[in-house]
Amino acid sequence: MSEAVSAVSIASIAVPAPATSLFDRPALRFAVRRLLRFVVSLWVLMTAAFGMIYLIPGDPVRASLGITASQALVNERRHALGLDQPMLVQYGHYLAGLLSGNFGTSLASRLPVARIIADRLPATLELAVAAFVLAVVIAIPLGTVMGVLTRGGRARRAELAFTTTSVIIGAIPDFVVGVVLVWIVGVHLHWLPVAGRSGFGSFVLPVMSLAIGPAAILSRILRVEMITALQADYVRTARAKRLPALAVYLRHALPNALTATITLGGLLLSTMVAGTVLVENVFAWPGLGSTIVSSILTKDYPVVQGIVLVYGIGVLAVNLLVDIALALLDPRSTIRES
Amino acid sequence: MARWRAVLRTPVGVCASLGLLVLLVFAVIGPMVWSASASRTDVASMLQGPSGSHWAGTDNLGRDILARVLVATRLSVELALLATLLAVVIGILLGTAGFVLGRRAARIVAAVVNIVVAFPGLLLALFFAVIFGVGAQGAVLAIGLAGAPAFARLAQTLVASVEQRDFVAAARIAGVGRVRVLLRHVLPNIAEALIVNAAIGAGGALLAFASLSFLGLGVQAPAYDWGKLLGDGLTGIYEQPIAALAPGIAVIVAGLAFNLFGETLAKGVGLTTTLGRVPLGRTKRARATEPVSEEDDAVLDVADLVVTLPGHGGPIRPVRGVGFRIGRGEAVGVVGESGSGKSLTALAVSRLIEEPARVEASRLRFLGTDLRAGAARTHRRLLGTSLAMVFQDPMTSLNPTRRVGSQLAEVARQHGGLSRGAALALAIDRLRAVRVPAAQRRARQYPHEFSGGMRQRAMIGMGLMGTPALIVADEPTTALDVTVQRQVLDLLRSIRRENSVALLLISHDVAVVSQVCDRVLVMYAGRIVEDLPAAELAEGARHPYTRALVAAVPDMHTDLDRPLAAIPGRAPDPTRFPTGCAFAPRCALATDRCRTEEPLLETDDAGRRVACWHAELVGARA
Amino acid sequence: MSELLFDDVSVRYGSGRRALTAVEGVRLVVPDGEVVGLVGESGSGKSTLAKAAVGLAPVSAGRILLGGQPMPMRGARRPVQLVFQDPYSSLDPRMTIGASIGEAVPRRDRRAEVARLLDLVELDAELAGSFPGQLSGGQRQRVALARALAARPDVVIADEITSALDVSIQGTVLNLLRKLQRELGMSMLFISHNLAVVRYVATSIAVMYLGRIVEHGPTEAVLADPQHPYTRDLLAALPDMGQSGAGATDAEPADPHHPPPGCHYHPRCPVGPLVRADRDRCRTETPSIDHRHHAACHFAALASEPTMQRSSL
Repeated sequence: MSEAVSAVSIASIAVPAPATSLFDRPALRFAVRRLLRFVVSLWVLMTAAFGMIYLIPGDPVRASLGITASQALVNERRHALGLDQPMLVQYGHYLAGLLSGNFGTSLASRLPVARIIADRLPATLELAVAAFVLAVVIAIPLGTVMGVLTRGGRARRAELAFTTTSVIIGAIPDFVVGVVLVWIVGVHLHWLPVAGRSGFGSFVLPVMSLAIGPAAILSRILRVEMITALQADYVRTARAKRLPALAVYLRHALPNALTATITLGGLLLSTMVAGTVLVENVFAWPGLGSTIVSSILTKDYPVVQGIVLVYGIGVLAVNLLVDIALALLDPRSTIRES
Repeated sequence: MARWRAVLRTPVGVCASLGLLVLLVFAVIGPMVWSASASRTDVASMLQGPSGSHWAGTDNLGRDILARVLVATRLSVELALLATLLAVVIGILLGTAGFVLGRRAARIVAAVVNIVVAFPGLLLALFFAVIFGVGAQGAVLAIGLAGAPAFARLAQTLVASVEQRDFVAAARIAGVGRVRVLLRHVLPNIAEALIVNAAIGAGGALLAFASLSFLGLGVQAPAYDWGKLLGDGLTGIYEQPIAALAPGIAVIVAGLAFNLFGETLAKGVGLTTTLGRVPLGRTKRARATEPVSEEDDAVLDVADLVVTLPGHGGPIRPVRGVGFRIGRGEAVGVVGESGSGKSLTALAVSRLIEEPARVEASRLRFLGTDLRAGAARTHRRLLGTSLAMVFQDPMTSLNPTRRVGSQLAEVARQHGGLSRGAALALAIDRLRAVRVPAAQRRARQYPHEFSGGMRQRAMIGMGLMGTPALIVADEPTTALDVTVQRQVLDLLRSIRRENSVALLLISHDVAVVSQVCDRVLVMYAGRIVEDLPAAELAEGARHPYTRALVAAVPDMHTDLDRPLAAIPGRAPDPTRFPTGCAFAPRCALATDRCRTEEPLLETDDAGRRVACWHAELVGARA
Repeated sequence: MSELLFDDVSVRYGSGRRALTAVEGVRLVVPDGEVVGLVGESGSGKSTLAKAAVGLAPVSAGRILLGGQPMPMRGARRPVQLVFQDPYSSLDPRMTIGASIGEAVPRRDRRAEVARLLDLVELDAELAGSFPGQLSGGQRQRVALARALAARPDVVIADEITSALDVSIQGTVLNLLRKLQRELGMSMLFISHNLAVVRYVATSIAVMYLGRIVEHGPTEAVLADPQHPYTRDLLAALPDMGQSGAGATDAEPADPHHPPPGCHYHPRCPVGPLVRADRDRCRTETPSIDHRHHAACHFAALASEPTMQRSSL
């Protein structure tokens, strides 16, 4: 009932012929609400990153410097980091620092964490973006075509082959894909470099390891959504208009299938952001992922804290983009969400 | 239980179940059998390739790689299951907390879960791994906690969907407490979905564990699981690739076993089986006498229409030999209960039934053109401009992602070759014609900004983009309120009057049909049982079903002191229509002949048709 | 004794610009042993009123009294029971119908009681062991009725209980409902959008529009001589066998989130300010229903006026 009610309510709002639906009033309200959620999530993330240090059992400075370090050194380091102040004061300092771009100082290298991140971030970003683009470029045509081909129980063999293959590929973790690629392309064929970041060739394997699994999953989801959309009443209406098949598929079914896919696709993209951690370690890629792992192992907590924060912000940004894309594709989503 | 068992009947299900079984067996016996050979160092035979004594070769200390992989099974599976258990338990507690604690608590829990669940599991696992420290125990806690938000979200969604069902409300009204409702009504209805997702989640946990160990954050030496073997193997991949590949394959196989098992469970539970094609069987033609149609002024002329759908126990024929013709400007109604085949008939004559369903007819002519001949595209223009469709549910029949105006304009652009601007102008004009207020502005809006009645107007306007000779309306007012229904019916009536358009109106509502139409076809069990002028529906029907149907609908003149007329029994299931007259089991007049021999649809001198052995008797009683 | 009284009841959902007043100051009596029919279009608030009576919707103002006492919302005995519209959603698919019915019955002699209730709704007692999926829509609705009766209610609220059923089955359920009501002498609030069905079941009728009751009175009187223009429009819109009705106004239904001020019906009213310029009062003043015509219309008293006669039927 509530949906019907809201539909009625919107009907009575005067719309002053806007250029796109993004700028009329429900869209504006949606934007404000969505931004608010982003800010709250960001605050939660910062607080969690701050709390992380406190939840570690024992003294992180002592743990980082080792048991052989003198108490004086530990105290001095604690003082330098502000860890001897009351917790709320530290929290305030931490938040204020973050807002002015101060992520703290590495315990190991004494370098500012912000600089370490600035050095490493581009490599990770390149990897994630390239992999996402590749996954989408593979998945959208593949999922659409498979959806059309296998709708209503057609082409059952093709369906079985596709679902089985995509389930299997989707279930292989990206770092295992990476290891296999290293073995085949690097060790056996010597075609491409298997470690480091130097030139276009070094991109191929890491990007492929990251993209293959998500591409399989995304195309599988899109196929199912496409089939659902093709069974919808509005597609029957489009067929009743006697539009050519291609127009029915691309103009009427696909946008609806995509809106349903985007939510899951966004989740997949943020998983990809995290997946860089593993793939970077397979290919010795000099990004945030290899840095965070070595920092965890050396107990360099400020660096870990900073990188967790960056990853978290990346995920929040992806979610924001997904919601914006959704609002553009499906005007209902700005109202539905509440 | 039968549904769970059905899982085992698919080949994928068998593979997944077998794989899972093998995995569990290795997990149990692995360390007992191969422990010794896995830890025996032998410098003499280090980094050997596969051989008879070492099937997968040896590592850099001369230890048997295969044995090490098999031994690692237990730890890998054990830790993954522990982490999953943790995730599921915490997830269910969080997910159902809202139901027990009330609306406000539910909101808070949901908000927190919503924020946390946006972060990928691996990131959460890394976060918790820092807190709990490097090692197996820390990793179990980290992966368990990292998986919990997803399960909490799932449980929340499932609980919310069950919570909305009326049976939960009914239990609450009956005085059943919240916790009892949760245990008795909610959990049993979401258990299957939770189990399925736990199976898939276990696969995820296994991979997550391998990831953490691979990074050196999980299992620590001297203990080893697949992830650790993989990580160690990668450093020496040039000398001994198999040391990295063997545990990699183990991870893949184990992950797949859990995943596929979950997927097949989901399929079995959701019963999402796709049906096969209809074998090209021969259709028994209805031995009905068809009205003659030499005159070519019929808008639509159908004979022996049969619709066949694929079914579990063989093909189903919900429409079995339907024939009728609609003259120019004539309004013909089709009435019948759900399952009578009336909507399928409408879709079939409009050529909107797709594979795997089949439509056969001995005659299917629209405006003199045989629709059976040639491919669908040859008739596209004719049908697109001359045949208008109006569907039942105006909420779902317009595309939610496109503006109403452009959905109308599309027709003129496609079939009339109009430019974008001209087509839109025509669309606005048509919206005006169907009395949509402020048509110019409304054309720019999306369907969700329209009320139900306005959407149905827009659908009718869409049909008027061409020059329709026939409007096929399938339950066009069923989803609307009476006052709006009246408006839409009035609109259809005035369009018919102004443009002399014929109408095929499908409805379950005898009163609506009798009010709008000239002639009424009564359908039962996939056949036309009576064809009569609408004016005679109330008094002059000759088929007992028609009479019962009319009598069963209370109207403003129904005698309040008598019980309502009702038809005993229920409408026949299309999968097994009775032999003889399909209405016989519910008919007071049925004789032995009715139960064995199917009555013909006979045409009388006045052109009325009826299929009943006792039509004279029924007619006489009138 | 078991008279159900809605005393100036309002139900509001949400807040701010999304606030929705689903029910607004409704005063309605369901007298002991009588059937009151409640009609209105979708979104008029009739189902919300039913939910409020059983505690499924929050009452934001006013009181709901049963026999002069506030409704008990806790404890095992719930004297008001609701039968839902959709018999496919109102029975737990994983519970036998015997268990579903038995839920509201005290533990001892549950089996015998379930058998008695099934017999009461004219179902075979053998069916107690079957699951809802094995029953037809009509049978399910009977089970739902039996479950409502299991709580031995003083008042039963039937919310659109036949609208999900095929017409051939609708009659049997209505007949059963009438029989049970007469035999058990229970009070009943019968909600439907179908005036003909309400006419058949109810002794008096209340008409709701946008959260308010606009007219009430004995069934016969309201249907034969409706006082409120909305009631008249509703009656005129009924499809009637063999009749072809006259044109209706093309007004759009109002928005429940932003109901029009004054009389909610004025933007659609055929005798209101749209047609008669001198009736501006309807735009600002909320009409009272407490006069002898029991119709919330400023001009109900002038019903005999020629221009106000029902256009045609």
